[in-house]
Amino acid sequence: MAVTSYSGAEQYNFDIVKKFAVMSLVWAVVGMFVGVYIASELAWPFLNFDSPYFSFGRFRPVHTTSVIFGFGGSALFATSYYVVQRTCQTRLMSDGMASFTFWGWMAIIVLADISYVLGYTQAREYAEMEWPIDLLIEVVWVAYLILFVGTIMRRKQPHIYVANWFYLAFILATALLHTFNNLAMPIDLLSMKSYSLFSGVQDAMTQWWYGHNAVGFFLTAAFLGMMYYFVPKQAGRPIYSYRLSIVHFWALGFMYMWVGAHHLHWTALPDWTSSLAAAFSILLLMPSWGGMINGIMTLSGAWDKLRTDPIMRFMIVALSFYGMSTFEGPMMSLKEVNALSHYTDWTIGHVHSGALGWVAMITFGSLYHMMPKLWDTKIYSQKLIEWHFWLATVGIILYIVAMWISGITQGLMWRTFDEFGNLKFSFAESVAAMMPFYAMRAIGGMFFLAGTVLMTFNMFMTIRQGKRENAILEAKLTAKLANA
Amino acid sequence: MEWLLWFSKPENTKPLALIIFFFTFVGIVAYVYGSKKRSEKLESYRDIPFLDETPGEKGDTKDTQ
Repeated sequence: MAVTSYSGAEQYNFDIVKKFAVMSLVWAVVGMFVGVYIASELAWPFLNFDSPYFSFGRFRPVHTTSVIFGFGGSALFATSYYVVQRTCQTRLMSDGMASFTFWGWMAIIVLADISYVLGYTQAREYAEMEWPIDLLIEVVWVAYLILFVGTIMRRKQPHIYVANWFYLAFILATALLHTFNNLAMPIDLLSMKSYSLFSGVQDAMTQWWYGHNAVGFFLTAAFLGMMYYFVPKQAGRPIYSYRLSIVHFWALGFMYMWVGAHHLHWTALPDWTSSLAAAFSILLLMPSWGGMINGIMTLSGAWDKLRTDPIMRFMIVALSFYGMSTFEGPMMSLKEVNALSHYTDWTIGHVHSGALGWVAMITFGSLYHMMPKLWDTKIYSQKLIEWHFWLATVGIILYIVAMWISGITQGLMWRTFDEFGNLKFSFAESVAAMMPFYAMRAIGGMFFLAGTVLMTFNMFMTIRQGKRENAILEAKLTAKLANA
Repeated sequence: MEWLLWFSKPENTKPLALIIFFFTFVGIVAYVYGSKKRSEKLESYRDIPFLDETPGEKGDTKDTQ
């Protein structure tokens, strides 16, 4: 192994990492605010204001796009550029390309959000962007792939650290998924409207092949890359088992692509297809838990850090939620459980235990670790990190408990029959029964959003402090040189 | 070239793909855990995140274990 001393800005391109890290927080606040707003619309419908521009249908993709691609995507760009440079001990292949990916990605999120509010959508889950935006994603993503691979090829470290494997799998798989899920024919070159190349059950299958693998490679593999670098760094100890990380990587890669069809149980999809997907979903439990154990056991012998280090707490709670949601997911993929859970709020609860508990928490932990280093300073307030941790944790618990109760209630109400064999409850009655839980979910979201706002303030003050310290240092150096 | 038609049938290629993937995966596991010397080498890569540190970089150094 090659050992290199690191000299920050000169050796590495940290400017691009800073830009993406800041925008990650901006999109987190925007996306989570919209999430809280639409959750409140369900609890207090007057918030729709009888306007299509405020409707749940238009705001929902604004929320998902802003949090998944804006917040999560920017955090992945930031951390992947940081990790690949530091573990390969080389600068990014091209500063210009890096800058292109930044401005391109920001344009994509802004254009997508505006187009949804104006009513343009492909109506494909997590891929609502219409065809011109899809083409822009394609170009930016290929630039990202070339830049990442090019940087790895310039590495001074002979071995490619496992975090980079996960990032690369995420970039490659996302390219593949995005391309094939968005094959569409525009009705006119000057029109935003297009129609999918697939139809009927093939279209449904393609959408969920994309949908679940977006979860598998964008929201799981990529954030595992983050975990494999930042958990050891924050813990001050190397990963528990490097060999386990290799097996974890290949097992996830081999299995994830098969599981999308479990979203289509009890539909026109051939029965064997969704059964096969369920079987692979159960198998996925093993690599998922292997990865979780690898992350958590990194703290082996230093568990006291959980008491003293709130950043470490974010990371370990994230891994715990990763373990929990990767147990819940396979269970929900079983046909009998799915018959109760599908189309209910249980699914929403499951998604958010993964998205808030795993994705957001590991991102917060990683950004708390990375951002002070980028600006060469210390965190502005440890106390605020503590507050953020508890607001986020309480928020997630309120959210998922509300969704569990409402989801199971919905599922049970929808399949209760009276003595004549008719449905006992109307759909409207099941909606009315949900109202207290919708309010509880909105309040959980408010807690989570409040924590994110605190973090953004904390990071803003940290950056300001770093800039001020730097200015003082430069002034002292200038004075010293003038006196010499 | 008649034998190539065998590959055009999904009922042939699906189990074939399964066999290829399965044995590749078994091969990876055997490679990773099969040799003590290789295991030691692989485990040495755990330290890569700690190799480019500035001495005294705050909160970024490896604990002495």
